[in-house]
Amino acid sequence: MKATCWMGVHRVEVRDVPEPKILNSRDAIVRVTATAICGSDLHLFDGYVPTMEKGDILGHEFMGEVVEVGTAITNLSVGDRVVVPFPIACGGCHPCKRGLFSLCENSNPNAGLAEKAWGSSPAGIFGYSHMLGGYAGGQSEYVRVPFADVGPIKIEDDSLTDEQVLFLSDILPTGYMGAEVCDIQPGDTVAVWGAGPVGQFAVASAYLLGAERVIAIDRFPYRLEMAGDTGAETLNYEEVDVRDALRDLTAGRGPDACIDAVGMEAHHGSGPINAYDKLKQGVRAETERPHALRQAITSCRNGGTVSIMGVYGGVVDKFPIGSLMNRSITVKTGQCHVQRYMRPLLERIQDGDIDPSFVITHRMSLSDAALGYEMFKKKQDDCMKVVLTP
Amino acid sequence: MRNPPPPLERLLSRTTERRGSNTASGRRPNEDRLAKGLGWFSLGLGLPQVLLPSRVNRLIGIEDNSRNRAIMRAVGLRELGGGAGILDRPRPGGFLFARIAGDLMDLVLLRAAFRPSRKGRRRVAAATAAVAGVAVLDIVASARTSRSSGSTTADGGIRVRTAVTVNRPPDEVYGYWHDFENLPNFMAHLESVEVTGDGRSHWTAKAPAGTKVEWDAEIVEDIPDELIAWRSAEGAHVPNSGCVRFTSAPGDAGTEVTVELEYQPPGGAMGAAFSRLFGEEPLQQIKDDLRRFKQVIETGEVVRSDGTPEGTRTQRQFHQDEAQPVG
Repeated sequence: MKATCWMGVHRVEVRDVPEPKILNSRDAIVRVTATAICGSDLHLFDGYVPTMEKGDILGHEFMGEVVEVGTAITNLSVGDRVVVPFPIACGGCHPCKRGLFSLCENSNPNAGLAEKAWGSSPAGIFGYSHMLGGYAGGQSEYVRVPFADVGPIKIEDDSLTDEQVLFLSDILPTGYMGAEVCDIQPGDTVAVWGAGPVGQFAVASAYLLGAERVIAIDRFPYRLEMAGDTGAETLNYEEVDVRDALRDLTAGRGPDACIDAVGMEAHHGSGPINAYDKLKQGVRAETERPHALRQAITSCRNGGTVSIMGVYGGVVDKFPIGSLMNRSITVKTGQCHVQRYMRPLLERIQDGDIDPSFVITHRMSLSDAALGYEMFKKKQDDCMKVVLTP
Repeated sequence: MRNPPPPLERLLSRTTERRGSNTASGRRPNEDRLAKGLGWFSLGLGLPQVLLPSRVNRLIGIEDNSRNRAIMRAVGLRELGGGAGILDRPRPGGFLFARIAGDLMDLVLLRAAFRPSRKGRRRVAAATAAVAGVAVLDIVASARTSRSSGSTTADGGIRVRTAVTVNRPPDEVYGYWHDFENLPNFMAHLESVEVTGDGRSHWTAKAPAGTKVEWDAEIVEDIPDELIAWRSAEGAHVPNSGCVRFTSAPGDAGTEVTVELEYQPPGGAMGAAFSRLFGEEPLQQIKDDLRRFKQVIETGEVVRSDGTPEGTRTQRQFHQDEAQPVG
């Protein structure tokens, strides 16, 4: 079968690989009908996530049709149409029982690697390095889905298109959780750093959860425009000083909640500072470029909440801990516990509260995945979200 | 741990009197002193090698030219790095192995530096003897620290202890373990356990180079839902014993499973150090076993991925299959 393989830094190839087999009794094999390239795949593409091996199959946003189930699977049958959440979760451990699916204690067979880096291991993730399990991803024709009795959600409403439900796998719940953990109160102002796909869904979710105002921050006009269409006010950080602008917009207080939807490869408005952090990251003196996070913390109102949804992997330099501590800022973060949000968000889609397909700008064949990565990475042709169909 | 551990010494047949008390670092004071001494020795040797390479060259009787000075400086930097590593680490095992490698390298360099003049020859010979002597100390220190991933018993046995929390009540977890025929489901080295009745069982384990080790074991203590202790019967090739305790986790969040295993490694301490070089670390193995145990109890089986198709094994983490379906 064809699959999108990581072949080194900035190298992605669609290659012929063996078809997946059932390895555990709770597995299902899914024939992929739609899959997307995630912003966090670009961290793999750029080589900032350790423990990748040449040949690893990428992709953690996918959906399709069940073609085979393991002996212990009773909730799914061959032919079912499913969306698969990106964290792999057993449903039986303590975190899973409490709804913290991305912290599943059993789904990462390489937990020891993650423990060396982070102290303890989170859940395994499809197509996202060996320290997160070494699972083949879903940018392929077929994919093995472990714990298929816990993760995949059946889509029984045929009036919904793949494009409308595909993003239940990651970015819609991720953006939603980013807003939900801010405990938005009536009248609140929410600022969102990064108007990429997760940022777009964070903006939309903040409104769904009752925010009065949402302010989106980016440097690409087409991205800001899309957030504007959802109702957000916009700031271009290459044109204004973001912290001052946010103070002005909130009569001196700062936003009640600040969402970082950027992560480890943030760009800085100031050329020299950007180059400085890029150099340090290049020589691994720090693993992240945390401009957006620094700005989110120092911009937040006293006693407000900073929600980190962008992906980070290691350690940062010049973390504004003084601002955080002295001003009683609450930090909320985590890989999204997708399994918890799929059902309610599917209902939101069915009810017409949100149609997530608005972020899609490019539709390609799976065989063109390498081009998709390139365009998404370089933001060519106003690229926002690439959907691949095998 | 709220329940005090039952006196394992009483349960296990042999051994168990420890040589001195363990330090927090897991090393006993005397081996701590030897390793630390070697660390300081590295620093003391490295400093003049880097700062005064000519003098050191003349002292040990090798020609003082620019090439030899550069080599001496490099050797000095290696010593400084190794010394700092040994002194910095609570368990400097790797740095001690690095010292042994350094000793071998020095012996090769000294051999190459042998000079025709009699005075030079005497000095080089003396330096060679000194390096060889230090190498012996390095090997001793490294064999000692490499045993200390667990603790050591009076008769040279290895004891390891680790724990895991499983999200199921103690009776269920005890019940699974109590059927010894389940043990190979999560203990990677076991091929089979056959319960022969009357608290006795026959165990078969995989050993290096495709061989097998077999032995009989008997249960020596069994407290339902709390504790199981067993030991190998007389005549086992690798005498061993084990004890597992099940206690309710705080807030009734499952069961804390604490395992202690003890065995006499074939080839004694040096044999154990040798196995460790090839990744056969006893503490790591039992930790992996408990991780799989948790998977089996909580999910029904050992969890497999494309990169690790045989399931959790620490050794495997460093040479992964690519994340593609197994062909």
